[in-house]
Amino acid sequence: MTKQMTGARMVIQALKDQGVEVVFGYPGGAVLPIYDEIFQQNDIRHVLVRHEQGAVHMAEGYARSTGKPGVALVTSGPGATNAVTGLTDALMDSIPIVVLTGQVPTFMIGTDGFQEADTVGITRPCTKMNWLVKDTAKLAETIHQAFHVATHGRPGPVLIDIPKDVQFATADYVPAEKAKVAHYQPRTEGDPDRIAQLVELMEQAERPILYTGGGVVNSGPRASALLRELVAETNFPITSTLMGLGSYPASGKNWVGMLGMHGLYEANLAMHGCDLMINIGARFDDRITGRVKDFSPKSKKAHIDIDPSSINKVIHVDVPILGDVTKVLEELLRQWRARGSKTDQRGLAQWWKQIDEWRAVKCLSYKPSATTIKPQYALERLEALTKGMDRYITTEVGQHQMWAAQFLGFEDPNRWMTSGGLGTMGYGLPASIGVQMAHPEALVINVAGEASWLMNMQEMGTAMQFRAPVKQFILNNERLGMVRQWQELLHGERYSSSWSESLPDFVKLAEAFGCKGIKCDRPQDLDDAIMEMLAYDGPVIFDCLVEKHENCFPMIPSGKPHNEMLLSADAEAFRSGAVLV
Amino acid sequence: MSALNIKKGSTSHSAYDLRSALSEVEESHTLAVIVENEPGVLARVIGLFSGRGYNIDSLTVAEVDHTGHRSRITIVTRGTPAVIDQIEAQLSRMVPVHAVQDLTAEGPSVQRELALVKVAGRGDHRIEALRLAEIFRANVVDSTLESFVFEMTGTPEKIDAFAELMRPLGLVEIARTGVAGLKRGV
Ligand SMILES: Cc1ncc(C[n+]2csc(CCOP(=O)(O)OP(=O)(O)O)c2C)c(N)n1
Ligand SMILES: [Mg+2]
Repeated sequence: MTKQMTGARMVIQALKDQGVEVVFGYPGGAVLPIYDEIFQQNDIRHVLVRHEQGAVHMAEGYARSTGKPGVALVTSGPGATNAVTGLTDALMDSIPIVVLTGQVPTFMIGTDGFQEADTVGITRPCTKMNWLVKDTAKLAETIHQAFHVATHGRPGPVLIDIPKDVQFATADYVPAEKAKVAHYQPRTEGDPDRIAQLVELMEQAERPILYTGGGVVNSGPRASALLRELVAETNFPITSTLMGLGSYPASGKNWVGMLGMHGLYEANLAMHGCDLMINIGARFDDRITGRVKDFSPKSKKAHIDIDPSSINKVIHVDVPILGDVTKVLEELLRQWRARGSKTDQRGLAQWWKQIDEWRAVKCLSYKPSATTIKPQYALERLEALTKGMDRYITTEVGQHQMWAAQFLGFEDPNRWMTSGGLGTMGYGLPASIGVQMAHPEALVINVAGEASWLMNMQEMGTAMQFRAPVKQFILNNERLGMVRQWQELLHGERYSSSWSESLPDFVKLAEAFGCKGIKCDRPQDLDDAIMEMLAYDGPVIFDCLVEKHENCFPMIPSGKPHNEMLLSADAEAFRSGAVLV
Repeated sequence: MSALNIKKGSTSHSAYDLRSALSEVEESHTLAVIVENEPGVLARVIGLFSGRGYNIDSLTVAEVDHTGHRSRITIVTRGTPAVIDQIEAQLSRMVPVHAVQDLTAEGPSVQRELALVKVAGRGDHRIEALRLAEIFRANVVDSTLESFVFEMTGTPEKIDAFAELMRPLGLVEIARTGVAGLKRGV
């Protein structure tokens, strides 16, 4: 039984059929028919944002915290161009989102009509796939395909451009189960022979390390559960990229911390000195490898990834395993158990001894202060005071982001939303709203820098309107801190445009938005202030004035190998003599 | 700062290290890419090459299966073996791409290109051009009293050679289709 309906109604019907509960969007001429349909129904909630970039980051936050695709709806021309940053962000971090854009009517396309932009042209390089739908009869099917593509294989953003006349015209609705999606079915099962090769290497390894990434989170909660079983059975040390935090619990005994440019000393040296590296759903990003030529020179490397182009792209690996993390780990554990595999106990014991020595450097040490709030201290207190809560963290981009990754502990996947690949300042506030929409009862905190936060601060209006009690925890150093740090260390202390002048009074700003503002600049007041933030039933802007010139360590400058890491003065003092293997 | 020896005031360490780890020899490969015949697909494939800095030496595209909506894109590209592998992986993961074949790597293949070559001249030059065209099995598809248009198919090298010979004899212009290729055998 087919049903005739307008294209605009089809959009709503298709979203419902795909299980969509909330759409983040902003209206305009080219999407008015769709907004008219939104008005006449109650199944799908529409969250009116304040800028289309915000809508896309909200959809990302929603998606990252639920594992379900996020949806954004924007108008043609400027609505679509404003969505580009969010699309690129989602592409880099493999976040499944579906963006619907209005377009001028088909007969006007190519005439430079009012608010016409070549949306599919502009967004082609920043989407996994995009479509311009010129025929209402194809609209529903295209939307179903879009959801399929966004969520299968390596997830990513997709976009559907819908001309206004296509929204007005009527045609038969194609239900989800009738939509042709068959040809895009990326392989998910890993090759058992390759997995057997890996099992053998695991039995022989003396200095193994598990290097996990966002792919574990994307593969779903089962992947994290299997990963934990694997660690428990092998006693291998485990590190993770920024994107993978939470797949293995920070409180787990085999956790050696995050790796990478601002990763932990022990994690990076373990990567450098290992004899077997097992990459699970990570992509050898340059923030991880440092100088490629010197990356983990003595190890055999295995790489589990669903994207064939990730394998051997940057680092040549010995055992490539193409597949979904969950399925590959299932098979890996099955073979491991079936063979009655044993690890090299003696080798492992030695390796752990070495790792413990590296840990003793205490690379996150910083000089405490009784008079100014150190950003690390602020995060330690935030961590202590929110531990065990149903907590989600988003971040902006900069030093605060790296400190949040270092000082906050994540026990589960989907709890940590940050812009990793693109490094988008302005991501955190809208992302926190997207997360809160998906988890209305949870505590959602955006750990922000003052400069990043200003980039999308208009979204506080959205938080107020939709009663999203998001906590904006701003580590305000009155600096573009990360830029300042690079200038100090690498550009001769020439601080070119890296300070925040003419900042707003954040407490007054909170009042202007109608939410709560809290300012804190003394360490002894911090706990009470954080408790006040947590107790408040509504959005809070927390202006935490921190030390202005703190640097984020450890740091591996771009293009340097892992063993040429900069440490804080305190950690440097601890560093033992011969640390390299 | 000891480990890095960065001098205060120095700027030499601030650039990203973009040196490639691989310094192998570049090879030329012919790839056949079967894609969904939809608007924008060719742009997506070409965008991959320009966006990631890969070379395109030649490109042909046409629908090859009308009912199945399939087009065949033949691309001649250049790169180190690692880059060629990466190009294939990048192509094969694209949503509208059904299959990718490396005709150069996967055993023997036939590769042909069609060219139209216009040569103008009188007297001896004209006769010599006609004689050489015969040797190259090029057909005359247009002729005036002072010009010919030759049509020939062959490998790109054969067409290069013919064009080179025509140059002193009055080559005016040349149009080439780019390479189309198929694997030999079944
Ligand atoms: C949209 C965008 N523009 C520029 C940058 C470059 N950038 C990276 S970190 C940073 C400074 C961020 O300052 P702030 O948000 O205050 O964080 P802090 O480093 O001080 O903690 C800048 C400008 C970026 N990542 N994103
Ligand atoms: Mg700052």
